[in-house]
Amino acid sequence: MTVEIATPAVPTRPPARKTRSVAAPTKRGARWFANIALVVIGIAFLVPIAWIVFSSVDPAASVSIELPSKITFDNFAQVFDFDLTIRPLLNSAVISLGAALLTVVVGVLAAYPLSRFNLRFQRGFLYGVLFGSCLPITALMVPVYAMFVQLKLLDSIPGVILFMAATSLPMAIWMLKNFMDSVPISLEEAAWVDGASAMRALTQIVLPLMRSGIGVVFIFVFTQAWGNFFVPFVLLFSSDKMPAAVAIFTFFGNHGAVAYGQLAAFATLYSVPILVLYLVMQRVTGSSFALAGGVKG
Amino acid sequence: MSVSSPRLRPAPRGAGRRRSALLSLSRSTPLIPALVLLVVFLVGPMAFALWGSLTNSALSGYRAAKPQFIGLDNYTALFADKDFWNALLLTLIFVFFSAIVGQNVLGLSLAVLARTGSKVLSRIVSALVVAAWVMPEIVAAFALYAFFSSDGTLNAALKAVGLSGVSWLIEYPMLAVILANVWRGTAFSMLVYSAALSEVPPETDEAAQLDGTNSVQRFFLITLPIIRRSIATNLMLTTLQTLGTFGLIWVMTSGGPGTRSSTLPVLAYQEAFKFAQVGYGTAIAAVTIVLGAVFAILYIKILKPEVES
Repeated sequence: MTVEIATPAVPTRPPARKTRSVAAPTKRGARWFANIALVVIGIAFLVPIAWIVFSSVDPAASVSIELPSKITFDNFAQVFDFDLTIRPLLNSAVISLGAALLTVVVGVLAAYPLSRFNLRFQRGFLYGVLFGSCLPITALMVPVYAMFVQLKLLDSIPGVILFMAATSLPMAIWMLKNFMDSVPISLEEAAWVDGASAMRALTQIVLPLMRSGIGVVFIFVFTQAWGNFFVPFVLLFSSDKMPAAVAIFTFFGNHGAVAYGQLAAFATLYSVPILVLYLVMQRVTGSSFALAGGVKG
Repeated sequence: MSVSSPRLRPAPRGAGRRRSALLSLSRSTPLIPALVLLVVFLVGPMAFALWGSLTNSALSGYRAAKPQFIGLDNYTALFADKDFWNALLLTLIFVFFSAIVGQNVLGLSLAVLARTGSKVLSRIVSALVVAAWVMPEIVAAFALYAFFSSDGTLNAALKAVGLSGVSWLIEYPMLAVILANVWRGTAFSMLVYSAALSEVPPETDEAAQLDGTNSVQRFFLITLPIIRRSIATNLMLTTLQTLGTFGLIWVMTSGGPGTRSSTLPVLAYQEAFKFAQVGYGTAIAAVTIVLGAVFAILYIKILKPEVES
């Protein structure tokens, strides 16, 4: 079955062939129309991505896309500097790993009672979690800044990790609870009969059975933290604590107008890790829908 | 009698309310770390937003250490401020055209086209659309800044076909950031809609086909009503994600020229950190949160059956 699109006029075919399928004549036209539309949309999505790739290896990159006259890795060599790119990338890694680990550990602990028992405040808590997962976090940044002033957490990487973990937690609890719901209870009941504690049943039986779900949540939080610009932009000031997102922004402000090649090289170094992680996740779950699927519940 | 009804190891009958309350409490101990994090870093800032918007808090100095309670003055000033109404209008335009219209229509179209067109081609296009979504926001913002800038790719392409270019980021800043956000966010809608379409039972479509309907009628009268729940969920989620967009706009236009593209998050940032009016910026944040909360509650209403189950 295919959902067809209104088709441009196509020459009518001889009725003899029409008997094969009722939809045959329009189907071919629809296919052509769909392919042309896909090519046009594809080009629109390709061009900005291709600009980054071409510029990163172009010795004379400009703001407009052009095929590099010769391919060079000078741009990468020039940005490959501890203060400029390596430390920011390491900071990004520390922040993203910290936020993802903390979210997964706290999220699994919270998901367990929500999935296994009917707690008396269950519904209220789940509504709260769902509500928290949809709030636009950027709207919170000014009050968060004011609160961090009081808590003396400004310009601290652990502060950023705690905040990022808290903001990804609602979505993580929601996804982890759904993954945990699909692990059958009967296995745990057997363990309980054998005298295992709830925590032991969780770590020995439930977690191994939902490791791909945990992987999805980990990568989801990691990707969000890695790409986050606004949170570190507001909460950190020292240049030695800046993650790559803010470092690229600063770099662009200082050199961008003259060094598009270097900017593109830096952007490539910064983007590749999460593109790879996304591919890993597709392998783990067998579908590109994993992220959106978790979101849908 | 007892409110809590554990699915496992049911409490002995007649054990009483107190015992079941204790059981419920002891079973929820693993929730404590999550509760602490959520209360301190999520509920805390929201409470701070409501309280802070009632003070004259400043970025540094005396007013930062000891902000004074000034009641609803920030809101009175806010509602009398032309910039605020401008930002609210721009935010609604941004959300409507980039999320509700742009991302949803393009995402649904891509999902439909992928089912009709060639498999190889649609896989390549899907990969490109998803790459635009997975890459970091700041990188996407630079790529689109370059695309729309006066000497950028768009104007070069226009020149190549004999049209004269425009300084998109200066003349039409809202159009540029709206298109940029469609480019960045369409993947999400595309993934939601491809999954929804693959769950539409083929029989209904075939039956309608026998009744002599054409493909356009079938799409609007059969397919769309079947996937309406996905459409509603997706409209809410894309709206909420778009409402908080900051990095994309900040890199491309910084809210300018003037205030011609400063949406609410951009205005809140400018007031709080450029003009050091933290209390005023917080009031803008509070309004944005309320706006988001309205959409969030609508979304939860749609998802209600899943919480109840």
